[in-house]
Amino acid sequence: MPILEGKELHIIGFLCNWCSYGGADTAGVGRFVQPTDLRIIKTPCTGRINPLFIMRAFLNGADGVLVSGCHPRDCHYSQGNFFARRRLEVLRALLPVVGIAPERFAYTWVSASEGQRWKTVVERFTEQIHALGPIPAFADPGRIETCLRGQANPYGGSHALTA
Amino acid sequence: MRIGVFVCHCGSNIEATVDTVAVAEAARDFPEVVFATDAMYACSEPGQAGIVEAIRENDLDGVVVASCSPRMHEATFRRTLERAGLNKYLFEMANIREHVSWVGKDRTANTGKAIDLVRIAAAKLRCDAPLYPAEFEVSKRVLVIGGGVAGIQAALDCADGGIEVVLVEREPSIGGKMSKLDKTFPTVDCSSCILGPRMVDISQHPLITLYTLSEVEEVGGFVGNFTVKVRRKAAYVDWEACTGCGLCMEKCPSKRVSDRFNEGIGKTTAINIPFPQAIPKKASIDAQGCLMLTKGKCGVCAKVCPAKAIDFTQQDSFVEEKVGAIIAATGYDLFDFAKYGEYGGGRYPDVITSLQYERLLSASGPTGGHIKRPSDGKEPRDIVFIQCVGSRDKSIGRPYCSGFCCMYTAKQTILTKDHLPDSQSYVFYMDIRAPGKLYDEFTRRAMEDYGARYIRGRVSAIQPRNGRYLIKGADTLLGEQVQIEADMVVLAVGAEAAVGAPALAEKLRISYDAYGFFLEGHPKLKPVETNTAGVYLAGACQGPKDIPASVAQGSAAAGKVLSLFSKDKLASDPQVSAVNLQRCVGCAKCASTCPFGAIEMTVFRGQNKASVIETVCQGCGICTVTCPQGAIQLRHFTDNQLLAEVHALCPY
Repeated sequence: MPILEGKELHIIGFLCNWCSYGGADTAGVGRFVQPTDLRIIKTPCTGRINPLFIMRAFLNGADGVLVSGCHPRDCHYSQGNFFARRRLEVLRALLPVVGIAPERFAYTWVSASEGQRWKTVVERFTEQIHALGPIPAFADPGRIETCLRGQANPYGGSHALTA
Repeated sequence: MRIGVFVCHCGSNIEATVDTVAVAEAARDFPEVVFATDAMYACSEPGQAGIVEAIRENDLDGVVVASCSPRMHEATFRRTLERAGLNKYLFEMANIREHVSWVGKDRTANTGKAIDLVRIAAAKLRCDAPLYPAEFEVSKRVLVIGGGVAGIQAALDCADGGIEVVLVEREPSIGGKMSKLDKTFPTVDCSSCILGPRMVDISQHPLITLYTLSEVEEVGGFVGNFTVKVRRKAAYVDWEACTGCGLCMEKCPSKRVSDRFNEGIGKTTAINIPFPQAIPKKASIDAQGCLMLTKGKCGVCAKVCPAKAIDFTQQDSFVEEKVGAIIAATGYDLFDFAKYGEYGGGRYPDVITSLQYERLLSASGPTGGHIKRPSDGKEPRDIVFIQCVGSRDKSIGRPYCSGFCCMYTAKQTILTKDHLPDSQSYVFYMDIRAPGKLYDEFTRRAMEDYGARYIRGRVSAIQPRNGRYLIKGADTLLGEQVQIEADMVVLAVGAEAAVGAPALAEKLRISYDAYGFFLEGHPKLKPVETNTAGVYLAGACQGPKDIPASVAQGSAAAGKVLSLFSKDKLASDPQVSAVNLQRCVGCAKCASTCPFGAIEMTVFRGQNKASVIETVCQGCGICTVTCPQGAIQLRHFTDNQLLAEVHALCPY
């Protein structure tokens, strides 16, 4: 994947067709300039996104993965984003276990009319990934450190993974 | 597979910031890509002809077009493929305009991103399979939600086109905002005289079923086969029996109920018929104001009613309707000016909204068409009109222009002069927005022939003074402050989304914008469609609109419904889930997660297996992620297809 060396990182976005893909289109129509790193994969609904797609992306070297769908209660399929939210919360808890900083993953809601909001989401997430830098290779000791730190365990210190 | 890639310049829209030649060049190296070129306008007639020719010459069996959003032209190019004899699902689009050239400034980075988007499109295409639609029956009935002028027009046009219409209105009578208006601009013709006959047509049309005092409770199903549950709110009057004689209104002792039809100017009785031209002309009881329903004693109306129609025990009831299409025409509501402290925040009785003023002007209004101050009933001499109250003001979250206030204010100054020849009107305005047939001429007439004084500037304060009001403001053209003493102030309150609009949008599964207005399918090309097939929009529910525009949209939506119903059967989208029987273990997890009940459990050779009802499946793919076996796959978005895209994007 030919990213602009030194400037861009590998960021993959999974967007639902009805809200967020439309929101990204609205941002385009409104010419809201954004960083160029993100590549978007369209899915019918966030409920179609298997968390293992995201895991696969990280294992294959993606530096960041962003998921965006319809706002809760506004899903085109009425419940898809609720399913997505549950699955993605579990995924987030799992990421540090396998040595991936959970900050490399985010999910959010952007409606088809929120072009401005989409721009902000892309800017913030790209900035966040650039602050983390490229994802460490598997053999990298930094990766193991992330495992051991368990820093982003959402359930707090008592469950934190320690050596 | 033999894949062809077409990279569109879109004039300079893409080419200006993406090197399309380089994108096509790079695409030639992708697996199974045998042809790649750039094109000036891929969607144009020569552009599409070029694609057809390339398919035939190079024996292509799959096509990638890198151009605008698939939400824009996917359907266009799929038809192109069909013309070339290919299955239209062997097609992928790379969105290099909305997602690349319009949002990125760096040509090198953009070109790289465009190449990646073509790469994932080609990678997915290699996993695509031809798909074939099934056909299903259409229920040729339409539900119209909202009985304002837009809904009335849509209902009549559909019914005249020969299809059954169910019209649901929240208020006791249809007519909407237009029925409250005295006159309409720019012709100054009587509002109820032009709307009244249309309302009667609704009640008499054999194909229209009218439910007033009703709301849509639930919507299920999909285009062609919606099931709608309508809540018919208790009127406490048996409408089958009620003749609309009005005797109950005369005798009702509870006369202090706020008059909703008259916008709270004046009082009405607890049991009432909202206005003389009401359709249906039936009485209903306001439960909060009724002595019988609140205190348990009275029942005068029941005693005097010659038809014995009063029923204090009536409860909300529900009816279920099967329809094939839905038109939302729920209109707008008025901005609540209490948010503006400088206009008194609702404390001054003679500072009223434009619609309240309209009721004062109307012969069917609380004052019988005489302009009187609500506080003391005196005729006003000086009247100040303030424009843009709740419009074009970022500070209160209403940055948009409501569009029709300039015009109705001009109309109200003209009517004021007609009613009270000695009066003087003053209008504080920001800009005059009068783009319409005879509109600007009309505002000119208000100023030149009727002597309305237009002052360009905002009002900073309204203060009571000796029974009148002192209005302090700025005249920005003269660059000085102005003070005007007036008897009455009329605020041109802006339009906002109708109360409950977002909740209805969620039921209909359509989108709405930040202000609660419903989102059209495309801002230019699909003004009355929504992103949900079979659901259409008409009137101010989509954004502030005047009467002619609302009527036009009502007819447009009806036209869309009639063309949808011109076919006896609709083709279902084949992008639905399918079960691999060999893998399915019959656990039924998919069936329990499906929001549409589209999966049924069947027995196949003695084993439980899931089975998809193709016409019910909406293609969300929740089941695919749920299945522990990967047995149920959403066609065109299978695990393999999405993973192919992920792999194409990752460095290793």
